[in-house]
Amino acid sequence: MKGTLTAERRRKLVLSIVLAVICIIYVLPIFMVVLNSFKLNTYVKTDTFAFPNEESFAGWANYIKGMTFGNYPFWKSAFYSLFITVVSSALILLCTSMAAWYIARVDSKLCRAIYYLCVFSMVVPFQMVMFTLSKTADQVKIPYFNFADMAFDKVALNTPWTIPIVYLGFGAGLAIFMFVGFVKSIPLEIEEAASIDGCGPLRTYFSVVFPMLRPTMISVGILEIMWVWNDYLLPYLVLDSTKYFTIPIHIQYLKGSYGTVDLGATMALIFLSILPVIIFYLCCQKYIIKGVAAGAVKG
Amino acid sequence: MKRKKGSAPGSRALIRRPLRRWFPLFMGPVVCAFIIGFVYPFCKGVYLSFCKFKTTSDAEFIGLGNYVKALQDASFMHSFWYTALFALVSLVFINVLAFAVAYALTQGIKGSSLFRTVFFMPNLIGGIVLGYVWSMIFDGILTRYNTSILLETKYGFWGLVILMCWQQIGYMMIIYIAGLQAVPDDMLEAAKIDGASRWQTLWRVTIPNVMPSITICTFLTLTNSFKLFDQNLALTGGQPFLIQPDGSAIKTTEMLALNIYNTFYGQNVNARGTAQAKAVIFFLLVAAIGLIQLRATRKKEVQQ
Repeated sequence: MKGTLTAERRRKLVLSIVLAVICIIYVLPIFMVVLNSFKLNTYVKTDTFAFPNEESFAGWANYIKGMTFGNYPFWKSAFYSLFITVVSSALILLCTSMAAWYIARVDSKLCRAIYYLCVFSMVVPFQMVMFTLSKTADQVKIPYFNFADMAFDKVALNTPWTIPIVYLGFGAGLAIFMFVGFVKSIPLEIEEAASIDGCGPLRTYFSVVFPMLRPTMISVGILEIMWVWNDYLLPYLVLDSTKYFTIPIHIQYLKGSYGTVDLGATMALIFLSILPVIIFYLCCQKYIIKGVAAGAVKG
Repeated sequence: MKRKKGSAPGSRALIRRPLRRWFPLFMGPVVCAFIIGFVYPFCKGVYLSFCKFKTTSDAEFIGLGNYVKALQDASFMHSFWYTALFALVSLVFINVLAFAVAYALTQGIKGSSLFRTVFFMPNLIGGIVLGYVWSMIFDGILTRYNTSILLETKYGFWGLVILMCWQQIGYMMIIYIAGLQAVPDDMLEAAKIDGASRWQTLWRVTIPNVMPSITICTFLTLTNSFKLFDQNLALTGGQPFLIQPDGSAIKTTEMLALNIYNTFYGQNVNARGTAQAKAVIFFLLVAAIGLIQLRATRKKEVQQ
């Protein structure tokens, strides 16, 4: 009996070591980015895997250069990325959860039609609608109050301030699907009690339903954040590309000028764009894994 | 959308009746955005696939001509077979490796949560960035042999397979871990008592029990491969090009989504109708995979 126990223990030890080695290989690509971001341009391609030495070490120069690299300031791309991600996700969470509650509780024919349309939209690849969507986004104008002229103005959906509406439209499917599934599992009695106590639908939603949706909110929120932050094609086609960049557009733009591009500076930018994602991941790892897995199983 | 008829009909009306009038507030924003962001572009896209057009306003109905052109397009057919081959190869690699890792991580070894964290991480990095990172690494290796990932189709193919494995193994691993943890312990114990070897237990007890996870992961990797765009664009962008006798070029590492994109936004604006027809074919393909998946997972649910 003791013999089998040590054999078991040895087996586990070997397994641990093998996994540890794979782990190191796994983080190597990220490590290579960090390494090369401190190298001078010409050494990135010839000595990719070497540590920077006296000749090839560039210090912070790549990071400083990267900030204004490609005739577009990097901080601007980062700001637009952040803004679009935060506003789109918040908009999607608020609007689709309200709609999902309405769909699940009213359950009329129209509601069912909208629900099935949403489910249908989940299987439609973006290439199917990309051309018409980008044209529609240019044409649709929404009114807003311009404080500079103190008058109503119109703005198309091709700016970072309005693109969240496009995201809400194209991303509604999965969110509604997940929220409706969850709302149906909530017992009706709680809402009834609120209603009997004199709450109107709006109050019932915000003070009773909304807090109960928390777990699904986190899952959907994580999925939407990951999607919008990393999305390249939608903002590239919809946004006015002479004025607005996001981080993926910025990086692809640099790659487009391959040959003349400063690889060291690009690696510095890539590292800067990965870093917040990794920090975000390490902070809310538990929720992220759960959220992404929930989206996979359902979608 | 089946509803439980548990509570009294009167009590449901308590919520439903006052809520009905609030349609503009609760549904309005989503419905408007959904029409702008999905319904209208989709319908217009289907219509335009039967038209000759350069922009959305000068469309002229021509029937099925675009579809004929799309199916006769050698580059489209090439990208279809290339995508199918890629989907098949990456499906096998990703699933086998992800299952192996998940199996190893559920053996109760030390540090498994750390390993899990590391393996999942590449998932969160965007496709464009991933493509760029890996093109640096592959070129770093290949320059030593005086070549580049952009020069040979097979490098582009296997490069993309490696990239996708790196990105997706962690994701599939999470699903497999959930499946493996749900395998009843008493079944494993019974197999042990009956004298089954570790290998027999894996094949006869564990794998049949995680079949639902295997189905999900198979379809996920399949649809992910078919819809792949960012990584393909950033890693090789379709290079190397093969010049045809008639002067047109086949981009040998171009996948379906990228082929559609290039047809839309390439130099030949007259090909936009063809591009839209390709997009509809592409949609039908992806939707078909989705439908088969839905049926397969439903069946499994009934069995349990």
